[in-house]
Amino acid sequence: MTAEMLAFAGVAVVLLASSLGVVLTPNLFHAVLYLAVALVSTGVVFLLLDAPFLFGAQLLLYAGGVVTIVVFAIMLTERLVGQSIRQTSRYLINGALVSAAMFVGVVGFLVQMPPAGPRPPWPGDLTAAVGRALVGAFAVPVELLAVLLVIALLGALYFARSES
Amino acid sequence: MPLGAYLTLAALVFAIGLFGVLTRRNAVGILLGIELMLNAVNINLVAFGRFHADLAGVIFTLFTIAITVAEVAVGLAIVIVIFRVRRTIDADHLDLLRG
Repeated sequence: MTAEMLAFAGVAVVLLASSLGVVLTPNLFHAVLYLAVALVSTGVVFLLLDAPFLFGAQLLLYAGGVVTIVVFAIMLTERLVGQSIRQTSRYLINGALVSAAMFVGVVGFLVQMPPAGPRPPWPGDLTAAVGRALVGAFAVPVELLAVLLVIALLGALYFARSES
Repeated sequence: MPLGAYLTLAALVFAIGLFGVLTRRNAVGILLGIELMLNAVNINLVAFGRFHADLAGVIFTLFTIAITVAEVAVGLAIVIVIFRVRRTIDADHLDLLRG
């Protein structure tokens, strides 16, 4: 068993356990903390896939930004309602059936897939290549993304403004 | 690790996220499930890109991460507005548009 297999097995266990925590724990705040663990372990999966730049982006944007926003939203709604929000689940069996069917369907495709060869080496520095691609071939989508982020910020501000 | 291992891991995380979306009553809990599903898709994108030595997987993942942040910001703003108006974020009670 190589070090890579050990690392993959470890991060897979952490990722799956924290994902189950997100969907099963009754305390919403704990669910967000589990989500943070799941997001960081997804970043470690990116590291295993030789994408350290994505690991940084995942930590900064997802684990930093998204978790902070969700925690703020929970605290706002709990302050408004004046009590801790319990979150219950319903249709547990139906949901499990649909999810299991989806998983079996995907794995059915994976089994039929011709076995991929070993991963080819990256030509050169990945981070530098990503930077060049973002200002080269993908320059227009990046600018559109900037516009989208501004629109999303303005939209969120508009929704969450006070009535007065 | 072979490509199939990463894809299976991503499919498992996606299934767990789908389970959360289907079973949670709380609107924020549903959003958390959607986050898990988006993460699984990102793993798929990076894995395919890596095993084909194609940069597009990494770039697309950067794009989906940024778009997800925007989606979460707007989604939670909507949740807070719904909460102000209806005093609940229980998705079962938000049936204003039911025909």
